[in-house]
Amino acid sequence: MSELIKFVVNGHAVAIDGDGTAPLLSVLHDHLGLRGSKFGCGTEMCGSCMVLVDGQPEHSCAREIASLAGRTITTIEALSNHNALHPLQQAFLDEQAGQCGYCLSGILISASALLAKNPKPSRAEIITALDPHLCRCGIHNRVFRAIQKAGAAMARAQG
Amino acid sequence: MISNTLPLSLTDNPILSQWIAFNEQGRVRVGSGKVEIGQGILTALTQIAAEELDVRPDQINLVSGQTDVSPAEGFTSGSYSIAVGGASIRLVCAEVRSLFLDKLADALKCPVAELSIEDGKFLRDGQDTGRDYWSMTDEITLERRATGTAPVKRPSTYKIVGKHLPRLDLPAKIAGEGFIHDIAPEGVLHARVLRQPWSGAHLSVFDEQAVRKAARTPIEIFREGEFVAFTSDNELAVMRAAEAARTLAKWEGGTPAPDDVGTPDWLKRQPSRDKITDTGMPGTAKGRVVEASYSRPFLTYGSIGPACALAEFKDGALKVWSHSQGPAVLRDWLARALGLQAAQVTVFHRHGAGAYGHNTADDCAFDASTIAMRHPGRTVRVQWPREDEFTAAPISTAMAIKLRAVLDADNKPADWAIEIWSPPHAQRPGMNGNSNLIGAAALPNAPPLNPLSDVPDERGGGATRNAVAIYDLPSHRLIHHLLPEVPIRTSSLRGLGAWANVFAIEGFIDELAEIAGVDPVSYRLSLLSEPRPRKVVETAARLSGWFDTPKLPEGRARGFGFARYKNIASFAAVVVELEVDNEIRLKKVWCAADAGLVIAPDGARNQIEGGIIQGASFVMREQIKFEDGRVATQSWDDYPILRFSNIPEIEIELIDNPNEPTLGLGEASVGPTGAAIGNALARAIGKRVRDLPLTREKIVTTLMSDE
Repeated sequence: MSELIKFVVNGHAVAIDGDGTAPLLSVLHDHLGLRGSKFGCGTEMCGSCMVLVDGQPEHSCAREIASLAGRTITTIEALSNHNALHPLQQAFLDEQAGQCGYCLSGILISASALLAKNPKPSRAEIITALDPHLCRCGIHNRVFRAIQKAGAAMARAQG
Repeated sequence: MISNTLPLSLTDNPILSQWIAFNEQGRVRVGSGKVEIGQGILTALTQIAAEELDVRPDQINLVSGQTDVSPAEGFTSGSYSIAVGGASIRLVCAEVRSLFLDKLADALKCPVAELSIEDGKFLRDGQDTGRDYWSMTDEITLERRATGTAPVKRPSTYKIVGKHLPRLDLPAKIAGEGFIHDIAPEGVLHARVLRQPWSGAHLSVFDEQAVRKAARTPIEIFREGEFVAFTSDNELAVMRAAEAARTLAKWEGGTPAPDDVGTPDWLKRQPSRDKITDTGMPGTAKGRVVEASYSRPFLTYGSIGPACALAEFKDGALKVWSHSQGPAVLRDWLARALGLQAAQVTVFHRHGAGAYGHNTADDCAFDASTIAMRHPGRTVRVQWPREDEFTAAPISTAMAIKLRAVLDADNKPADWAIEIWSPPHAQRPGMNGNSNLIGAAALPNAPPLNPLSDVPDERGGGATRNAVAIYDLPSHRLIHHLLPEVPIRTSSLRGLGAWANVFAIEGFIDELAEIAGVDPVSYRLSLLSEPRPRKVVETAARLSGWFDTPKLPEGRARGFGFARYKNIASFAAVVVELEVDNEIRLKKVWCAADAGLVIAPDGARNQIEGGIIQGASFVMREQIKFEDGRVATQSWDDYPILRFSNIPEIEIELIDNPNEPTLGLGEASVGPTGAAIGNALARAIGKRVRDLPLTREKIVTTLMSDE
């Protein structure tokens, strides 16, 4: 019998009874019904599956849940607050920063971590934060603009 | 003037009710066989329908790619969706609007000119008549053939088309929703399929016990011929099984690829079917002869999300959920491959990750359907592993291109020849009468493959797409060596042969300009007599300050590229500024484009931007490699597409041309961008790299060569 692995996902305590080598992404999809984090490669190379672990962006596709005991996970589903869009999501809509949209949930997660510590990131700082992410449609310049716009909006909101 | 001749989609689906219904108060159901593949088509088609019907965009319920109700419109490809699918919806909606207004004018005994429509409500002299589309639905049958003769609106009166309407699907996607991958109903049966590494491979060693052990929880395995599937209620178990099976399986027989597959020498050794197309009097001009040989390798579309499909077989009916680019074609070929009638199969289009060419969506739908047929009543869900997305996917083919010009006394080409060696660029389901489904080929008694052909020249061509340069060339010879016996499933990638041909032609034009001692843009203009292409070239030059830019520092240069996609769709001219330090660093890209009437201006810009970045990635980085008979490229590490750190600033000018028909745009910027990069690189390093991709290795080798 495997032991219970306990961690927090989007503010809710969860206890997974099972395979500690299961990747977090599988657990999010299959056990918790959270399908917003996307499977892209399974080898931490594309960023589609990015989640926050204790506030830091981490790939979830190959991350074994045994290593997450006691940690706090945030997924795209918790980015908006009671149906109010996160300023980043609003800025991505304003800039129409999307084509197919498959990479967006991961990119938004990494961008939210960036803005949390640096609301006025330069293009170079955004590049550093987003380089783990692949986008094949070519929306990169829109993403740069949207992140800077969201940062400015968040700074204004905090006055 | 927008033409009133019937577009193909409308001749294929001639009855108005195939396109439109008023079956819900206040809402209009508009059908489309064109599907969302990341390009924003649903939004643009909604704009067209709302405009002609005089309803709000939010009153349009666009049902796309649902084969029991949507019109069958082939594949969503070739930048045809607005030009053909959109034109059809425009004519249908205009006709329906006229039918209703004529009927109402009869009833009110007033001239139609006194009537107008607002949000679907009918007004007379601006006053509500109390009638609308919905209250009059019973009075007008839409079971009639479209005539295409109803007046369409004049672009100058447009209120919705040509204006910004935010993407309708984006709100879901920024919440991580709206994809086929998100559909996982209670009790779903997960499946994965083991893929043959090359055509005709026989699975000679398969350690089933080891695969079961790797799965960790019980799975079912079934094998028919070379089709091996793993199923379980637990997705992780089948993922692990498939991963183990890929490593453990041993294959023999069939036609593994040779080591030098895809090189120009290999291409030129393959059996070919040749076609020569002449205009003017090729071979007669005398003068200085210039020749150059270009090539491109195998590439993949590289969608970020892998293929996914669901299928359910119940009471003799097969339902399939797929991100296929051709739901109606998929329905027909699934039926044939599975021994069903087409009427037994319904395909529901759902959004996948971006499709930039023939991907594995159809293959995955076949996998799910095949497995569902063996588990009646269960919903089967298949998602492809990333590795198979590289190794078992349709491949965009390598090409060799040779150019030859005879220059007159003014150093202009008096004679021009282009010679192309290429396998076909299209093997989608149904093409050449083949299902082209990888799983179908693995089953026992798979039908033999019909001989392959390429997209016919009159439909834009495959390898010959954009092979005829846009310039004033008094004599032109096109020699197309179609290589139909290559044992690789070569198929469509954004632009097909166009971007490689444009890379070669535009590179060669720069070579000729250099020989002539003329600025490359001036040289192009000296060969362009038509005003429309001239304006695009001049606009890109002005936008980038081409003629006013002071000399750039060493290692930095600008290059120019120009084409009209398919020679009939949108024009795009691109200027690239880059820096070379063994490797290319893109600095800035300017693009001028003429797409005729633009439906969704921001959508158009988004497509141009995306084409620029993807086109840059194609020529700078990308190559599918083979080893031991099979595709060796298995991960993003092996296939390094452009990342956030390589993205140039982009400036776009869309030339306003609202009275010209809409021209397909989605693929137009790809070729000129690659060409402009090749030309800028040649100017920066003083030598030309003619074999793609323009990697550090190629640049260094070229610099070291004696040529």
